[in-house]
Amino acid sequence: MNDPASACTRVARPISWMIALASCTVVGCHPSEPNGATQLNTVANPTRPAPGSAPPPGEGPANISVPDSASPPEDGQWTMPSRDYANTRFSGLDEINTANVGKLQLAFTFATGTLLGQESAVLAVGDTLYFVTPYPNILYAVDLNAPGGGLKWKFDPKADAASQGVACCQPVSRGPVYSNGRIFYNTTDAHTVAVDAATGQLQWKTRVGDFNYGETFTMAPLVVKDKVLVGNSGAEFGARGWLAALNASDGSIAWRAYSTGPDRDVLIDPSEFKPFYPQYRGTDLGVSQFPPDHWKIGGGTVWGWISYDPDLDLIYYGTSNPSPWNHEVRPGDNLWTNGMFARDPDDGHARWFYQISPHDLWDHSAVNENLILDMNWEGKPRKVVVRPDRNGYMYVIDRVNGELLAADPFTYITASKGVDLKTGRLIHNPDKIPSQGKVVREVCPNSPGAKDWTPSSFSKRTGLMYVPHNEMCMDWEIKPVSYIAGTGYLGVNARFYPGPGDHIGELMAWDPVARRKLWSVPERWPVWSGTAVTAGDVVFYGNLEGWFKAVHARTGEVLWQFKTASGIIGQPTTFRGPDGRQYVAILSGIGGWAGAIVSSELDERDPTAAKGFGNMVGELKKQSGIGGMLYVFALPR
Amino acid sequence: MCSRYLASLLLIGCSVLAGCEREQRAFHDQAPAIQSVSPTSFRAGGKSQPVAKDPEADKYERNAFHISEGKRYYEWYNCYSCHAAGGGDIGPPLMDDRWRYGGEIEQIYSSIVEGRPNGMPSFAGRIPDQQVWQIAAYVRAMAGNAAKTAVPARGDEMKNTKPLTQIPHTPVRTERPKTQR
Ligand code: HEC
Repeated sequence: MNDPASACTRVARPISWMIALASCTVVGCHPSEPNGATQLNTVANPTRPAPGSAPPPGEGPANISVPDSASPPEDGQWTMPSRDYANTRFSGLDEINTANVGKLQLAFTFATGTLLGQESAVLAVGDTLYFVTPYPNILYAVDLNAPGGGLKWKFDPKADAASQGVACCQPVSRGPVYSNGRIFYNTTDAHTVAVDAATGQLQWKTRVGDFNYGETFTMAPLVVKDKVLVGNSGAEFGARGWLAALNASDGSIAWRAYSTGPDRDVLIDPSEFKPFYPQYRGTDLGVSQFPPDHWKIGGGTVWGWISYDPDLDLIYYGTSNPSPWNHEVRPGDNLWTNGMFARDPDDGHARWFYQISPHDLWDHSAVNENLILDMNWEGKPRKVVVRPDRNGYMYVIDRVNGELLAADPFTYITASKGVDLKTGRLIHNPDKIPSQGKVVREVCPNSPGAKDWTPSSFSKRTGLMYVPHNEMCMDWEIKPVSYIAGTGYLGVNARFYPGPGDHIGELMAWDPVARRKLWSVPERWPVWSGTAVTAGDVVFYGNLEGWFKAVHARTGEVLWQFKTASGIIGQPTTFRGPDGRQYVAILSGIGGWAGAIVSSELDERDPTAAKGFGNMVGELKKQSGIGGMLYVFALPR
Repeated sequence: MCSRYLASLLLIGCSVLAGCEREQRAFHDQAPAIQSVSPTSFRAGGKSQPVAKDPEADKYERNAFHISEGKRYYEWYNCYSCHAAGGGDIGPPLMDDRWRYGGEIEQIYSSIVEGRPNGMPSFAGRIPDQQVWQIAAYVRAMAGNAAKTAVPARGDEMKNTKPLTQIPHTPVRTERPKTQR
């Protein structure tokens, strides 16, 4: 192996990095170590700090930190799915640590009574756990004082069953959020509800979208000051994307910022909107970067994670793919889809925008989490967001002005040829542009991408990001498509298959300062769960077979694992119980896009089932049972 | 009923106000005589409750032109977007032997026209009747249940499933409509 470290961490070198990357991911990595971690040989890059040079336990890492305002000190609770506004999913608890996690035991379980994908985070507030099931979107409150975790109450929002038909990848929920005595969450039929956290009584319910036009909800809201921020799903149905702010007091809509259409709808005011790159400056680009009137059905939904920087008073979030998937139908950059906005949470006005994947070719929806970090960047302190994107690049973006600082490949990529750091533009691979009448083969990453919605975490102790991600490729054929409200708007046949490596998924430790992968835990199947990391230097995540794993945050060694009844696509959380002990919670229950073959009982003889997963994951039916269950773990007393 | 103590008082009240009409009951009506009920809702089929054979049906699932037209409309009306090439996605697979609402051509016709509660839209009034039959015949072909002599041997698109001529006949089996609770 020659010098993968310097070659692989460089950005936007045409061709050469493609080869370097291929050698890095395919040749350069040692096969699995016995402990399950793949160690990457690293060569120190003179211009950057040596990777893995994390400070001794107890001290924070050099050159990178999380602003305190976006990540309050540990109080033993977990009140929003991403743990804090910075989206770290870092818990300050360390009772469970690398020395004792091997003794972790099941404390109790609780059946969700539902069969589809369980993507909800399990919140811990005081002595109660809260989570939401997939449709019918039951909100459960589990009493931690009851022996074995009894039911405190449950709330049924009575969501309309018909809305299940327009939930692209099962009617999942990514969870509730707690604020000020109330639980807020979104339902499949496009309503937001506020429920009294103590009693389970409905306080208000707002119809925010219309599922007859393909609008559903899957995302977890974020509460910023007095506003509940919610965004729609449905770009697979031609839904026009938006982020809305509801007044927490009564559920009335304070503002709504669309991702397509005229500036007044997008809440772009030229006096405040200062994007870094010129291609985002102009009037009504959300109209003109589509064919006439297409913006009305142009996608750009907002179904991922929102972060918030209280010091700058800005929220950050990504917009999804444009509709339909067939790109020939929508010439143009399709602004403001597949990019990220910084907005003022009070009035929703946009401050800057950066487009991750202009004129999307592959459903590389740009909704992934943006971690709020302060970094020492080439000798200067900079406020940035770091985001692993579906298109396979790890972006570092200045969160004050929207300038792209880096876009480093973290997986095998053929779909594009890098990101031009000067213009900020992704460079499409001319050999792979789909056109009608031909099948484009070996497109990597495939449409769910190098990393789908499954959230990463960041440790304040190691300075590393823990990123669940995948290496998958696909064949892609575009075909004519007509828009019929309430039906899918895709225009593509796709079939997915594993990438060139010896495994499909992995948990990767990424050093955002050195801009390279340090190690990974390989997984046979796509990793579809989120991650959490603790001050005990343990990373938690689960796989599609149902193994829930604890990994050493510095070495990648798998320290403990437990087989749950069904595949895990949830988000691990950890908290201090009323008895003072530390617990770890995860929902098990396969589903979502990657697991629909199993829990929707699809027929994998059709490789295009589940939009292409039929070709790849049929075997999973033998490894994962179907059904939702909450698992809570603790050390023995 | 009014107690005897109150009866006379009420009688006066009733005759004055005619307010006791709401208390009158007809005790002699018979329950309507029905022979049996459908074991499952939504007219799902199965051996126990044979579906009335539509005289039109046969002609569609035995005819090559109708089936190939059905394949085209299956794409045009975006059935594909929810059921893929029969393996299913948001909607259930249409190529296997499990049918929530019945897999006879008449039942498939009804599923398309009436819609189904967990997210199958109703295409009533949207798709001309003959095209619905053609689509239903094609859906039958997906599960290997249309006449082998009539199904197209290959499609024009990226290879999805096996050629329809090679899909084994899958006997129709009806399960209870699925509820997610
Ligand atoms: C918006 C998504 C969507 C579209 C478009 C759609 N379906 Fe469905 N379909 C569903 C869902 C969801 C169900 C399951 C409904 C239920 O269980 O109540 C279903 C059920 C069915 C069934 C019943 C299956 C059974 O097991 O009994 C048939 C047949 C069917 N669809 C055929 C079609 C055809 C033909 C078309 C195109 C004309 C079509 N569907 C379009 C979502 C869709």
